[in-house]
Amino acid sequence: MTARNLLLGLLAVLIAAPAVIGAYPLAVLILVLHYAYLGIAWNVMMGFAGLLSLGHALYVGLGAYVAAALYASFGLPALLGAIPAAIVATLAGLGIGALGFRFRVNGVYFALLTIAFAEFTRILFDHMGWTGGSSGFFLPVEHGQLNPIALRGPPVLFYYVALVMTAGAFVLARSLMRSRLGYAWLAIREDPDSAAASGVDVFRARMAAVAVSSALTSLGGVFYAFYYNNMYPEQIFSMARSIEIILAPIIGGLGTLFGPVLGSFVLTLLGEGTTGLLEHFGWAAPGAKQVIYGLALLVIVMVQPAGLWPWLAKRLRIGRDG
Amino acid sequence: MAEALLTATGLSKSFRGLKAVNGVSFSVGQGEILAMIGPNGAGKTTCFNLIAGAMRPDAGEVRLAGQSVTGLRADQICRAGIGRTFQLVKPFAGLSVLDNVTVGALNAARHVAEAKERARAVLDLLDLGRKIDEPASSLTLPDRKRLEVARALATGPKLLLLDEVMAGLRPTECDRLVEILAGLNRRDGLTILLIEHVMRAVMKLAQRILVLHHGEQIAEGSPEAVVRDPAVLDSYLGEEAL
Ligand SMILES: Nc1ncnc2c1ncn2[C@@H]1O[C@H](COP(=O)(O)OP(=O)(O)OP(=O)(O)O)[C@@H](O)[C@H]1O
Ligand SMILES: [Mg+2]
Repeated sequence: MTARNLLLGLLAVLIAAPAVIGAYPLAVLILVLHYAYLGIAWNVMMGFAGLLSLGHALYVGLGAYVAAALYASFGLPALLGAIPAAIVATLAGLGIGALGFRFRVNGVYFALLTIAFAEFTRILFDHMGWTGGSSGFFLPVEHGQLNPIALRGPPVLFYYVALVMTAGAFVLARSLMRSRLGYAWLAIREDPDSAAASGVDVFRARMAAVAVSSALTSLGGVFYAFYYNNMYPEQIFSMARSIEIILAPIIGGLGTLFGPVLGSFVLTLLGEGTTGLLEHFGWAAPGAKQVIYGLALLVIVMVQPAGLWPWLAKRLRIGRDG
Repeated sequence: MAEALLTATGLSKSFRGLKAVNGVSFSVGQGEILAMIGPNGAGKTTCFNLIAGAMRPDAGEVRLAGQSVTGLRADQICRAGIGRTFQLVKPFAGLSVLDNVTVGALNAARHVAEAKERARAVLDLLDLGRKIDEPASSLTLPDRKRLEVARALATGPKLLLLDEVMAGLRPTECDRLVEILAGLNRRDGLTILLIEHVMRAVMKLAQRILVLHHGEQIAEGSPEAVVRDPAVLDSYLGEEAL
């Protein structure tokens, strides 16, 4: 079996799925795709360029708020609002990157910097009156509407949008990984001094990684805003959200293309499955999902630290990058 | 001597008061092989770091083919035409041998496919052709040394800086690498500046030798003259090396 066949098979199943599954499985699959997408975006920084961001909720939040506010205030359709949303998030990312890379804030300290900015922005939005402050921001919902350009419609619309976004991000990540820039990223991840000695402009390549990652992540935020129609600074910019984003790629396999997708499937299904099971037995257990995520992370880190995908790829005899 | 490719003038660098390199001046002619020798801590690697842009000199100037490259970043120096190896090898451990070399080869290629071709050729030259798919982390030390040379060579340098690439090689492996480097110099006119403790290699390769001691040049000249210089014998080589 080749990676290509596996992917095309999976894509075919996912395209056909809405025709045969009910509303709840569809909602779960939307979540799977959303986190796969965000995982791919985050992985560009961590998995490719070796830049640990623990503040990716910042870009989700900025993307969500910018696109939502432009829609609510000026009726700008989501597809157009996505452009300023991505620009704002990218500028934020580049600002953090410039600060971190110019002043040689590396590794864990860079991660702390990303957390600081996400937290700072959360507090800012908490106190910003015109986006509703801490009581949240809401998008008007009209039932029976169908306007793909504005991202208004039934869940199945969001399902296909999430599928297109994930497939698009996958293809983009794949071509980037095989490009000049991709080689520069991998080299920097492995050894920045050595990369520079090989002619890689480390600062520029890192900035490019941040730009790609933050722009992609913000589009995930736009999706979030129009899918849920509500956002609270407390949630959307939270540290918990940032952690949620990084779990799928870590469990699936850092720096791999398919890892974030596989990781998201496994995690989301585990999480939803457990919650569903507990509810079935009448046990309300808030936080059960987090416990499951924690356990999954624990098992992976101890048994297969490189992630599920490299392990599975070897079983299936699939080439290294899949 | 032909026109100088590299000229260092008054290079100096101190670490917390310690003068690691102190007013070193020399030049490397176009197509020449110059060896830099001296005892441990003499400042040889620091000299390389100053030339290659890994550190900024406190004073002094570096010129490549007449152009000042002083204070440029390491990647800019690389693109200007200086390839360097690290004494403590720094492979991209998680990448394959081929990818390790492709990164550098991208400087001299228009696209990735061409860079890979180029990397393969360089790896063949260094007898690593059969290990291109192995992760660099699995290589033995001699292979890592050769990989280090391959990565520097792939960038398409006018000047190659080699920092103790013979250390840890068996005599036959050392002779083989000497042969490869001599060939590159003879055929392609590659200019080489090498730091080396293995005198066997130095005597075979070097057209001239520069001796550093406590950050200062104490001798410079033909191999035959330098190894008989009393100051050099005293501080570094000693009687037994001959
Ligand atoms: N980054 C650094 N920070 C502080 N001191 C340094 C640094 N690099 C080198 N030194 C010091 O500068 C002096 C010269 O070191 P250098 O590595 O240049 O010597 P070397 O001639 O290459 O020696 P060897 O033959 O052992 O490789 C030594 O005393 C060393 O401890
Ligand atoms: Mg040294």
